[in-house]
Amino acid sequence: MTAQASPLATKAPAPATNPPAGPPKTKRRGRRSIFVRRPFFTVSLIVALGYLLAAIFAPYVAPYDPVLQSYDAMMQPPTAAHPMGTDSYGQDILSRTIYGARFALIIGFFSVIIGATGGLVIGLAAGLSGGWVEWGLMRLIDSILALPSLILAVAFIAILGQGVDKVVIAVGLSMIGPFSRTVRADVMRVRVQGFVEAARLMSIPSLQVVWRHVLPNVIFPLAVQVTIRISEAILVSSSLSFLGIGVTPPTPDWGLMIAEGRDFVSFAPWMSAMPGFALALLLIALSIVGDGIREEFDPKGRRGA
Amino acid sequence: MSDTNLLTVSDLTVHRGAAKILDRVNLSIAKGETLALVGESGAGKSTIATALMQLLDGAEVEGRAELQEAGDLLSLPARQMVKLRGRRLSMIFQDAGAALNPAYTVGRQLTTTLRRNLGLTRSAAHAKAIELFTSVGINDAEARLSAFPHQLSGGMQQRVMVAIALACNPDLLLADEPTSALDVTIQAQIIRLILSLTRERGASCIFVLHDLALASQSCDRIVVLYAGQVVESGPARDVLTHHRHPYTRQLESCVVEIGRHDLVAPEGTVPPHDQMPKGCRFATRCPRALDRCAGEAPPLTPANPAKDGALDHVFACWNPE
Amino acid sequence: MLVQALGKIGQTLVVLFIVSVATFGLLKLAPGDPVQIMLGSEYSQEAYESLTAEMGLDRSFLVQYADWAINFVQGDWGTSFVARTDIFTYGFKEALPVTLTLAFFSLSFAILIGVPLGVLSAVKKDTAFDAGSAVFALTGTAFPSFLLGILLIWFFGVRLGWFPVMGYVSPWEDFWTGIYHMILPGLTLSTYFIAMITRLTRASLIEVLEEPYIAAARARGEPGWRVIWIHGVRNIAMPLVTILGLQLGTLLQGTVLTETVFNLPGIGQMLTSAVLGREYGVVQAGVMMTALLFIGVNLLVDLSYPILDPRLRDRK
Repeated sequence: MTAQASPLATKAPAPATNPPAGPPKTKRRGRRSIFVRRPFFTVSLIVALGYLLAAIFAPYVAPYDPVLQSYDAMMQPPTAAHPMGTDSYGQDILSRTIYGARFALIIGFFSVIIGATGGLVIGLAAGLSGGWVEWGLMRLIDSILALPSLILAVAFIAILGQGVDKVVIAVGLSMIGPFSRTVRADVMRVRVQGFVEAARLMSIPSLQVVWRHVLPNVIFPLAVQVTIRISEAILVSSSLSFLGIGVTPPTPDWGLMIAEGRDFVSFAPWMSAMPGFALALLLIALSIVGDGIREEFDPKGRRGA
Repeated sequence: MSDTNLLTVSDLTVHRGAAKILDRVNLSIAKGETLALVGESGAGKSTIATALMQLLDGAEVEGRAELQEAGDLLSLPARQMVKLRGRRLSMIFQDAGAALNPAYTVGRQLTTTLRRNLGLTRSAAHAKAIELFTSVGINDAEARLSAFPHQLSGGMQQRVMVAIALACNPDLLLADEPTSALDVTIQAQIIRLILSLTRERGASCIFVLHDLALASQSCDRIVVLYAGQVVESGPARDVLTHHRHPYTRQLESCVVEIGRHDLVAPEGTVPPHDQMPKGCRFATRCPRALDRCAGEAPPLTPANPAKDGALDHVFACWNPE
Repeated sequence: MLVQALGKIGQTLVVLFIVSVATFGLLKLAPGDPVQIMLGSEYSQEAYESLTAEMGLDRSFLVQYADWAINFVQGDWGTSFVARTDIFTYGFKEALPVTLTLAFFSLSFAILIGVPLGVLSAVKKDTAFDAGSAVFALTGTAFPSFLLGILLIWFFGVRLGWFPVMGYVSPWEDFWTGIYHMILPGLTLSTYFIAMITRLTRASLIEVLEEPYIAAARARGEPGWRVIWIHGVRNIAMPLVTILGLQLGTLLQGTVLTETVFNLPGIGQMLTSAVLGREYGVVQAGVMMTALLFIGVNLLVDLSYPILDPRLRDRK
């Protein structure tokens, strides 16, 4: 720690602050691809893609109908016929888990899209308006953020009722807060450069300014955020189902399956464990993929945000 | 080297990865003597100070640094080193503002040092702290003890650092560019303060400086470093007026822009570590370079073979002035 | 500094207002006409109108809101038909302490384990220990807590039989029994926070240890443990407290899930049964309490900054 006296002895000087303009530039060290540099990222991406394939081709992959009940095969431990065992209705857990990927990904994807769209609108408005409107919108965002997303989703479910579509809407609405905050932060970075004001002075229509200058700077980080937050959406939706207020049985939803297995944990632990591990593996994989994407494309990081 | 030396550094070499930051540096300092290490940024001056304190993280250190009655500072076990630091060796840093912990009052940082190193009681440490603050020229010492570092000016912060460094009467003070973060007017004050206080206590002092003129005014001896090597060393007046190495001349004649960390360097730059010439490291920038200089490293040669002794003036050049 | 604090408090009050209006609006948005529900299927138009007037539903939204807000502040939160008691007793006096106790113990576990773990991985940077704690931090933050709870029940409760798997005993009344019942839920809830605090402590401490004042502390003879704990850890308090404040939401939603896993009668169970029983008044109360907690704690976090970092005390 020789401080400034000998630059040779200290670590390389921090790179100059990123230009806020333009699509974020990423410094690629050497020509090696991200897949070689980040082996965990690659493995996790493959795992996540595996879930996606299983979800798409569920009818071909799953050995049984996920809602086919069989009273001859209730609560069987894992066997050759049922590799993950069966549940209290004799439904095949492997098939239900595979179909569960479908519901998890559909709910995760669409609710994030709702959250991102809402966040984009509020964030843009808050970032561009200024003055009292901005202050009010910021307090609105604060208010949304004052409730954890699960509690907010529970509140929306209370109004909307249960079901897959309701869960998508409830989880989506509950994610608007975090999205609007990051969008506003990105808008502010663009605004600092002054061409929004400049364009206004030159009486260029403000919609055109937003379209040409603001959106391109906001959409890319937003896309990064979307990929990162899919796992959060999946976690919240399966939590709702676990609480018994999300999707309704016999939908093959992981959270629901874990909750059903909870009462039988002392003699049929596989009922919860199998879908649980499917969920945990997907969440861990998505979080590694998310971390990788964030570190690669969003070097400043918004960890604290 | 004579036995009366407080500290004798021999063949100090420091590597960081592939880079050789210091290359076989030899120097010694007698009791009560002040020594200046002079050179451009990156010459390795600060590295010497931090290596002597064993505060150089992530680097390989070779060589010896014999401190009287303590042993080799470079190979001393961490446990014993902790006992030497603050008590026999202490250090003043470049930027006092950054070297004081922002979370604690300056008084607390001084009194913990006194209590831990000298075993003083709380009240004795408090009294001693007031005395020390007064001696470094802080008015209203008692009130200032409860100030946080950010509440003091840069000059005050550096006075606090001086007080902490001299709190336990060390034998050797390492002052790493103690004034480079300060205003010009305060620089001289601080240097004078350090000199008078060390002299008072009979302590030796190694100054790391980049200003040859300042070094020759304030120190007994000067060691000029270039790219991790000693290129010239000797009594301050000899090095300033009868310098033999072309680099010392450039240091002397170049315009110093005060208040900056670097001096406006002689033409050109120090070659990067992986492109260091085989011979004299200064050869690429030297106006007096000969063919020989590029291929063969010059050894340290006495400037005045007739005289001998500890204050010998030496230089490393094939074509001296 | 005082101006700053007042501004912050003002902002908080505005947020509180918006949240309460939204929460009140929730009841209005809920499906089903409360008057119709109370009257049953057969009723006359007059009966409908008189009951509407009696319940004050013919007044404007704002008047109804003000009425509701005043009642809420006074602790008059309505009645829960499922719990057969008034919602204030049910929610504030019975459910909230359970949730707070669980949150408190989990957070204490998390800080007591996470900070030393983070310090150790920062000090042992780039060793096997550090790599191990990084893997733990990653899985710990991504692993769903309710699954972890079930696995803990299965392993420690069912297989080993070491801990009770459900039921709540207040540690404030019977400390050791309460703690004993709190271990599995506490572990379930705190794993995420241990992982997060470990990660954050490591990252912030590595940064702080590069600061010149750390070298200076070493240079004046402070031993290693003092350098790390007194000079290092003291200076990561601020990022730590900030993140903990922001993550309080995660803590609260974690308690909701953990309560369901372990059958603890807290706000989580209250909310879930209220949603299933369509008791909007109870949902409202649960949402309001959660929001108040979050807003209150974050206000405290903001106000604590000058205590944590003296440099902020003199700033205007």
